[in-house]
Amino acid sequence: MLSIVQISQLLQSAIVFGTVIMFGALGEILTQKSGNLNLGVPGIMYLGGIAGLATAYGYEHLAKTPNGFVSLLISFTAAFIASALGGLLYSFLTITLRANQNVTGLTLTIFGSGLANFFGGILNTMAGGVGQISVRTTSQAYRTAVAHFVQVGHVGEIFFSYGFMAYLAIILAIVLYVFLFRTRAGLNLRSIGENPGTADAAGINVIRNKYIATCVGAGISGLGGLYYTMDYIKGTWTTDSTIESLGWLAVALVIFATWKPLNAIWGAYLFGLLYWIYLYIPGLTRSSQELFKMLPYIVTIIVLLLVSIRKKKEDQPPASLGLAYFREER
Amino acid sequence: MARHSSGHERFLRIAKRDRMPKSRAFMIRVAAVLLSLVVSGFFILAVTKLNPIDVYKSLFAGAFGTKRRFWVTIRDTMMLLCISLGLAPAFKMRFWNIGAEGQVLIGGIVTAGMMRALGTSIPTPLLLVLMFACSFAAGAVWGAIPAVFKAYWNANETLFTLMMNYVAIQLTSYCVARWENPFGSNSVGIINQKTKAGWFPAIFGQQITLNVIIVLTLTVLMFLYLKYSKQGYEIAVVGSSENTARYAGINVKNVTVRTVALSGAICGIAGFIAVSGASHTISTSTAGGEGFTAIIVAWLAQFNSFIMVAISLLLVTLQKGAVQIASQFNLNDYASDVITGIILFFILGSEFFIKFRVVHRSRKGGRS
Repeated sequence: MLSIVQISQLLQSAIVFGTVIMFGALGEILTQKSGNLNLGVPGIMYLGGIAGLATAYGYEHLAKTPNGFVSLLISFTAAFIASALGGLLYSFLTITLRANQNVTGLTLTIFGSGLANFFGGILNTMAGGVGQISVRTTSQAYRTAVAHFVQVGHVGEIFFSYGFMAYLAIILAIVLYVFLFRTRAGLNLRSIGENPGTADAAGINVIRNKYIATCVGAGISGLGGLYYTMDYIKGTWTTDSTIESLGWLAVALVIFATWKPLNAIWGAYLFGLLYWIYLYIPGLTRSSQELFKMLPYIVTIIVLLLVSIRKKKEDQPPASLGLAYFREER
Repeated sequence: MARHSSGHERFLRIAKRDRMPKSRAFMIRVAAVLLSLVVSGFFILAVTKLNPIDVYKSLFAGAFGTKRRFWVTIRDTMMLLCISLGLAPAFKMRFWNIGAEGQVLIGGIVTAGMMRALGTSIPTPLLLVLMFACSFAAGAVWGAIPAVFKAYWNANETLFTLMMNYVAIQLTSYCVARWENPFGSNSVGIINQKTKAGWFPAIFGQQITLNVIIVLTLTVLMFLYLKYSKQGYEIAVVGSSENTARYAGINVKNVTVRTVALSGAICGIAGFIAVSGASHTISTSTAGGEGFTAIIVAWLAQFNSFIMVAISLLLVTLQKGAVQIASQFNLNDYASDVITGIILFFILGSEFFIKFRVVHRSRKGGRS
């Protein structure tokens, strides 16, 4: 059996992992509720990650005595804006120019990961030395745990040992839930995702709502990339495809959560748990560990199948998901 | 009631074009590519301060400068083309097969496994035929799984095939860990390096002739299949309207499963070519993201296999060229993804001007 310490460790790594994809998924839920299937989530998370890192790096180098909190504000804003711009590009192509959503999203993923790894590589070269940049002050600010301020034991660590963004993700999920399901504006947005023609006829501005939902959604998704660079890998950059696979996992989480923000909270932690569980199962060989890492995806497939076989109305994807809206075509 | 008819919509209206002459549509696309190269040029200028023309020159040299580079470019073009060919029928049917990456890997795993297991006991020509058949079948099965659920329960295929990619990637990691050679290297190494059993033979002194032959044959066959066969016609009908297809007596479920199985099968073949005809090893990067790029190729070519040849060549040339630029000017390879992205954005955007036209409405009651 696992000891208390091990369980606490497993839960903590699950929560940190889950937070990355929760941001990605929350943004994508908002986007998809407006009927846009944005497969650019991985690219957007890359954009958020690199924008945050680059601005923090710039600030730490320019300021004589860098202040962690200021740097945090700057990088947070930069990450959100950069990701939202990615969303804007996607919106312009798919909403205004009516390009195919899937293809545009995939292109955004190629573009975003290319841009981020390109500049990440340059930053690493500029940093010289060990060849990896590090924004220690900023990362420290992101990672200052709530537990820093209160005395907690092992059990307390499970709840209080994270930087502020882990809690921000939960708050965001709740806010998103209230917005989507308890406000008029949220109802309007959902109606666009279900049937834009009807929404348009009812006097809702389809184009504007789609634009806003997609750009804000992208901004939120990008925060996942920011959390990954600042907290998960502690303010450094590795030129690889980790963010991309996390981005796809975020897309998976949207399905798993059946497009409900509150489900995304526990879904994200469950994904984290499934992702790391192999470390705690005794007697696994290296090859069988790889099979265990399939679990989040298998579970998502099963949920997808159950949802489509049971056909419960409230679990379905938005009815117009992936389709461009063209008023003249009604 | 008129809340949504905001000011500018009264003067600008977007209308569908009837049909644009092919030559004009072609010119628009060329213009888009040229424009994107200009924008990419600015990007290069901004980050390198180098003359973009020089950069494009070395880009071209990077792709075709030496005999070896030329053949590598051709080899990778064939790979991308093969996957695009596989995706074409599925996409023409409006089945969003995002799972090419996984289907390629499955074909690759089967091929690598057979090379390892049967390399010593079966002569290479027979082995090649067997591997071809098995990777074809494996890709077909991998593709058919989401198709069956789509056909019978309407499970979202975009998301399902996407998940199948990662299942395939982990399956590949599993096989790599099982087959690793030498032990502890976390890679399979070159399979049958000494005996070259199960490798594509050199034809006319060129190692990749067989790759080219297989893929170009597929190109012609796919063109004929989609354009002139009954099945190709059924695909087109299902793609434009499932209800029409049903009304016309087409069994939509069967067509869906059959088409996507074929799509997966050809991607499986791409995996076979990648392992047996190119890298002679297997890893999670065997498909290397080409499964995603191929989606864009197939879509932009509007499923015409000959246009796919051109687009694949363009994209691979860019990738190869950018690698050269990167090493020459001390940048990194990812510049190629940025440029690819920019070009694709422009081509995607240009489709708008081919399909639609913007109508200016004068105040004095223009066309309504």
